[in-house]
Formats: sequence, structure tokens, C-alpha cells
Amino acid sequence: MDSSFFFGISTIAYFLAMIIYIAYLAFKNKIIGQSATFMTLVGFSSQTIAFGLRWKEFNDLMQMGLLRAIPLTNLYESLVFFIWCIILTYLIIEFKYKNRTFGAFVTPIAGIILAFIDISGMSKDIHPLIPALQSNWLLAHVTMSFIAYATFAISFATALMYLILTTEERKSKSYLFWTITVGIFSVILIYMVIDLIVFKVLPSGKESFVKKYLFKATFRNESTFIVIVSYVISLFLVFVVWRYGYLLKKIIQSFSITEGILDELTYKNIAIGFPVFTLGGLIFGAIWADQAWGRYWSWDPKETWSLITWFVYAFYLHARFLRGWRGKKIAIVAVIGFFSTIFTYLGVNLLLSGLHAYGGI
Amino acid sequence: MNKDKQITKKSFVDQVWNSLSSVTFAIIIFTLISITSIVGTVLEQQAEPQKNLMLLKRLFGDSAAPIIFKVLDTLGFTDMYHSWWFITLLFLFAANIVICSLDRLPRIIKSIKEKPSFLKDEHLNLLPISREIFLAETYDRCLSNVQEALKKAGFKVFLFSHEDRDQIFAEKGRYSRLGVYITHLSILLILFGAVVGIYFGFNAYLNLLEGTQSSVAYKMNEEEIPLGFEIRCDDFDVVFYENSDTPKAFTSLITIIEDGKEVIKKTLSVNEPLKYKGITFYQSSYGFAPSMESLFKLKVASKNGKVEELALKFGESFMIPESNIKGVISDFSPALAIDKRGRLFTYAESMNNPAVFIEFFDNNKPLYSQWILRRYPETWKVPYGTIEFQDLWKSQYTGLQVRKDPGVWIVYLGCLFMSIGLYIAFFKNHLRIYVNLRPENKGTKIILKATTNKFRNAFEQKIDKILNSLK
Repeated sequence: MDSSFFFGISTIAYFLAMIIYIAYLAFKNKIIGQSATFMTLVGFSSQTIAFGLRWKEFNDLMQMGLLRAIPLTNLYESLVFFIWCIILTYLIIEFKYKNRTFGAFVTPIAGIILAFIDISGMSKDIHPLIPALQSNWLLAHVTMSFIAYATFAISFATALMYLILTTEERKSKSYLFWTITVGIFSVILIYMVIDLIVFKVLPSGKESFVKKYLFKATFRNESTFIVIVSYVISLFLVFVVWRYGYLLKKIIQSFSITEGILDELTYKNIAIGFPVFTLGGLIFGAIWADQAWGRYWSWDPKETWSLITWFVYAFYLHARFLRGWRGKKIAIVAVIGFFSTIFTYLGVNLLLSGLHAYGGI
Repeated sequence: MNKDKQITKKSFVDQVWNSLSSVTFAIIIFTLISITSIVGTVLEQQAEPQKNLMLLKRLFGDSAAPIIFKVLDTLGFTDMYHSWWFITLLFLFAANIVICSLDRLPRIIKSIKEKPSFLKDEHLNLLPISREIFLAETYDRCLSNVQEALKKAGFKVFLFSHEDRDQIFAEKGRYSRLGVYITHLSILLILFGAVVGIYFGFNAYLNLLEGTQSSVAYKMNEEEIPLGFEIRCDDFDVVFYENSDTPKAFTSLITIIEDGKEVIKKTLSVNEPLKYKGITFYQSSYGFAPSMESLFKLKVASKNGKVEELALKFGESFMIPESNIKGVISDFSPALAIDKRGRLFTYAESMNNPAVFIEFFDNNKPLYSQWILRRYPETWKVPYGTIEFQDLWKSQYTGLQVRKDPGVWIVYLGCLFMSIGLYIAFFKNHLRIYVNLRPENKGTKIILKATTNKFRNAFEQKIDKILNSLK
């Protein structure tokens, strides 16, 4: 049995867990809740086994020492590891707070990303390492960066839930902020699915999916008419979210999560993510760059975006501690922080180039 | 008159000081650095104008692009990380950190140096954590037991006596309040190290063809920088993964020559730089630049196994040992491949799969010809023996990054400080516990008040554990 077998099991397990978590929300039955946790644990363990196996496979291929063979060298592997970190963080939260409701949010994210990897035709092959990546710093730099990304992702989710839960008026700025955020996220997801259907399910090309086809069926279509229609529809979708946003609020209200817990979770995740990101992402990255390229800082897009992300979270911490910002204001900063994180992780590789360009697809 | 002036002057300095030290100012600087940096990541830095112009045309259309480019170029956005205004922003950032720290640090240091003292009830009652237990033991026993238990839990314990009352004070992690300032100091150290590097160091490159040497490196603007010694590239080699065009490693055999003597001979590769006299050489790229001076290194063996090693230029000929067969080097491809129809073609411009074409003659009568591929030993066999194609020497150059940075250790020190500072700031807390004891019917009542600046839940659990151990 190879790593892909266990990856398959974990994908299925996360999807099942998602369904059971949603059932748990509906029925609030203890046994259902426990089986949801159990299913997540099954997915998590088999993903861990898969990760270990792939590490071994990689090591057998490369013969460069176990430490250098960590399978975290392309987008596919990094996305899978990102999910692993998110699930781990979630399991810790579930254990500590004895609250299963987040599960219904976290497991779908894992399932969607894994499914997206599957249909997008992203290369899952084990690629040999180019010389720049053959370093012991790879392990420390990449794993710590992703642990930080995962904590930031969770802080984003809790901050968004906080905003949804606390905004009363449809005209208030924070309501506008969160509905537009959720609206844009849904538009991106829906349009990516359309890309998948048009270019992958129908006549398919073998070229890397995202770079070539992302939004080609909508925003980047050759026909100006379709482009305009796409923008109109996306505006409409954002409007729908704005109009019926209170429904989401009702759903979240039906869970037994208080604003206090959400605010605390947002802070705690950032308080763990920030030092880990500083050390693993920025400092270890700088030391590695210094050894490989002779420059600890060269303002390449990935570095610059990491710095921007770092500034946003530094802002969050200072505003919270020195200015005493609480509530909606600080939650908005946390959401913006994750936008920056996502751009650092994906946007730079997909849209901008730089020394890190080999992290491509 | 004079006095008045002084006052206004002072208040002006105060105003500047206050605005530089304000959080609002820090936030403005954060935001400005971030937003301008975003522009810098979209526009390619230090690139040919044409590249960015193309990008702007795609974003804003053909007519607007040249104007936008002109504006951005004039403002320095095409090399923004070196522009005066960006560097000013970084300096303001540093000034803000210094002034903020100077503003708050004295108070923190004072509170750290302050000797602990008896706390009166009205202050005590303000502390957020509160516990009361009753112990069926004598007052004196309790007094020593509580102190013992707190010491065992790692606290520094003090005993105060005030108006016939005893108060136990226990404390831990007092210095953790400095974590934030260590972090701030580390940012200053890193910026300072960067400035030292910029003023006392250099960043240059050097492309060295195999077999050549140089005593200078070149800055990006082609300015020559004398090294103080000579560096020679004896050989350059790329190793590929089997059946693939992904390079596994690229290495340069480098010799450092000083005063005519060879001082160091070392193999350089990515992630393994060479340092000599404060100047570090990094393997950063390579290229292919063949000339008529390039030498084909062949290892020719006869059928009986007699071996000869040869170095020949293009078009030159050689004899196969113990025979009358002459070989002529008559074609070369840096990357030879075969297409579906069996035709040969060159698929890359670097030495991915070098091959040499040799024609064989017997007394100038053409006999036979064959491609010999360096990476595929099965192609080395010819009817008259074997010809191993070892290298096309003097055809590749190694791209070295040459750097002198006396500030890098300051930067590393800053990184170390930052790690320590962040660890303390985020994972350490300042714990304070006050315990008052009161004799009560056949026992002692223990009244505990405590406070922490972080992790209150964990602290309360710890306190409960300590109190339980007393029972």
C-alpha cells in the first residue's frame, strides 16, 4: 500500500466527517458527535501515515538523507500538509474547548481542498529536488510556515464567525465587510468550479490547471460579453450574500458558541501563529536564503508578502494590547491578515514570480 | 523673550516626540510600508523598462501604460526598495520603535527593579484571582507549608510582616515583561546590520568560464570591485537526475590564488558557499558559452583496452590506439534528443545532454560515423573500441554571487534576539501571588489573591493544584 492509498482514505474520511458533523449540528446527539470526531481522527491518522510513506518514498528516490526528503516541495504536497495542520489545530481546539461545532466548518475546507487537488489534475508525482531546495532548512522553514498558515486560517474562520455573529444592522460597516468577504470567497469558489467543468470535465488539456485555466471561463474569457456577465453575476452573488446574510447568523447562533470564545480563539491562534511565522517563515527563510543565495533579504515578492503579512499581524497584536481594540474592529484585522497570508502562500506563486517560483504547480 | 522661545521650542520637540511615539504613527508606517511594498512586488524591480511596460499595458491598456510607467518610474517604484522615500519609511519605522520603547521602558524597568512589599487589603481586593481555604493546622505550620509549596512550584517567595500580620508574596517571570522590548531591540539590530552591510559590504556577481580566472567581481551596474586575490574556475559540472532534465546538483571546482600561490581548492555548490577573507562566493547560476577554444575531453580505448585521454578542439582529429582509424570531431549538440520519427534535434541551449558526432576514416576514406552521448554509456561503443565523451571543457561558465557583508552577524544576532524576545513575549507570563493567613477556630484560614498578565486559566489551575497539595 503506498501513500496515495492512504491519502484516498483520508479524503473519504474527511468528507464523511463533514457529513456527520453537519448531522451532529442538526441533531445534537452525543453519539453522532463522537463518531464525527472518530471519523476525523481516522482521516487524520491515515493522512499522517500517507505523509510518512511519501516521505519514505521520496527518501528512497532521492537518497540524500531523511531530513532533506520531507515531501513539501510543490503545491500539491504543501496543500496536503496545510490540511493536515488545519485538522491538527482543529482537533486540539475540539479537545480543549469540548466544542464540536467548528468541525462542520473545518472538515469541509479539508474535503474541498483535497477534492480540488484531485480534479484539478495538479501534479502528484514525486519530483526530484532542484539544488536550491536541497537543504536541511527546508524542513524547518516549510513546516513552521505551514503551521503558522494553519493557525492563521483558523483565526480567519473564527474572526469571520465573530463578525457574522455580532453584526446587527445590515447598513453597518462590519456587516458590509463580512458579507463582501464571504461573497467574494463564494464567487471565487463557484467560478473555479465552472473552470473545472468547462476545461477539465469537458475537453481537457494536460497543462497545469490553475495557471492556464483559472477564471478562463469567466473573468478571463476571450469574449468580452462573458467577462462582463461574469462581473455582473459576481456582483449579484455578493448582493445575495449581503441581502440574506442574517441566515448565516441564525445558523451560527444555533451553535453553542459565544462571542467570547470566538474572540479568544482568534487571538490565541494568532498568538501562536505569529511567533512561529516570524521564526520559521521569516528568520529561517532569511538564514536559508543567506546560505543558498548569499542574501538574507532580497525583497523578492514572496519575502515582501511575508513581511506584509507579518506587519498585519503585528498590527493586530499592537492594536489589541496597546489600543485595547476588541470586538469587530480587531476581527476585521484578523480577516485581512488571512487575505495577506493566502496571497503570500498562493497568490505570489500563481500571479507573481520570484526566487520561490519553483513552488509552482 | 528668550524664555518664551525656549518653551515653544520644547513643546515642538515634545509634539514631534509624541507623534513619533504614538501607536497611530506606527500604524501609518506599517500601512505605508505594506502598501508601497505591494506595488513593488507587482512591478519587477531593477528590470528592463520594457518588461514593466508590457505588464502595465496588460493591466491598464495601451494608451495609459506609458504615462503610468513614467509616473511610477519617476517616483522610484521600479527600484523602490532602494529609493530614498522607502528607506526613509524604514528609518521612521526604526525611530518609532526606539521612541515607543524609550517612552515605556523606564516604567517597566522601574517595576522590574522595584522591591516587592506588603500589599494592603484595598489593593489586594483588586486582584482578579481569589481563593480561600481552611486548613486544620496551626498558624505557624501553615505559614511554612504555604511557603514551601510555592517554592516547590518554582516561585520566588517573600515574607512580609506588617502591623502584626504576615503576608506571603510569591512571584515568577518578572523579567518576562521585557520580552516585547527584546523583540523591538532585535528589529533595530536587524535594520542596523542591514545598514552596516550596505555601507561596508557589497553585492556583486562574477561569471567565470572554465579555465579562466579573475581578480575582480562586478556590481549590478557593471562597476568593478577588486577582490584582493584571484579566483579561478577549474571545472564546472551539472549532474542531472537519471533520465531527466532536472539538475540534481551544479558544482564548480574553484581555486583561490593569492600572491601567485594556490591557497584554497574547493568544490562549490548551491547551499555550500565558499568564504575567503570576508568575501563569500555562492553558486547561483551557470551558462553555456562554447567557442573554438573549447576542448572535447575524450577517453579513447582500443579493442584491446589501450586507453588514451585526449583534449581536442572542434574539427580536430585523433587516432584510435593500435589502429589506422582516424576520428574527426565534426558536430556537437549541447542537448541531443530523438523525435518520434527518429530524427535528431537539439532541445535545449544548455549542456543538458551533450553529444559529439565523430566521423571515422581509414586513410581519408569515410568509414562510419556516430553520435556519442555523454550521459548514455551505451552510445560510447564504436566498431573500433570505445569513446567516452567526458566533457566539453571551457564551454560552460559558472555564475557566482559574490558578497561581502560585515553586517550579517548583527542581523543574525538580531534574529536570535527576536526569537528569544518573541518566545518570552508570547509564552512567558508574570505571575504574582499574595497569601494572607488568619487563625480561625482550631485551624487557619488561607486567603489567596493573585494576578497574571497572560494565560489566566492555566494560572488558576496551577494555583488550585498548589492549594490542593496543602490539604
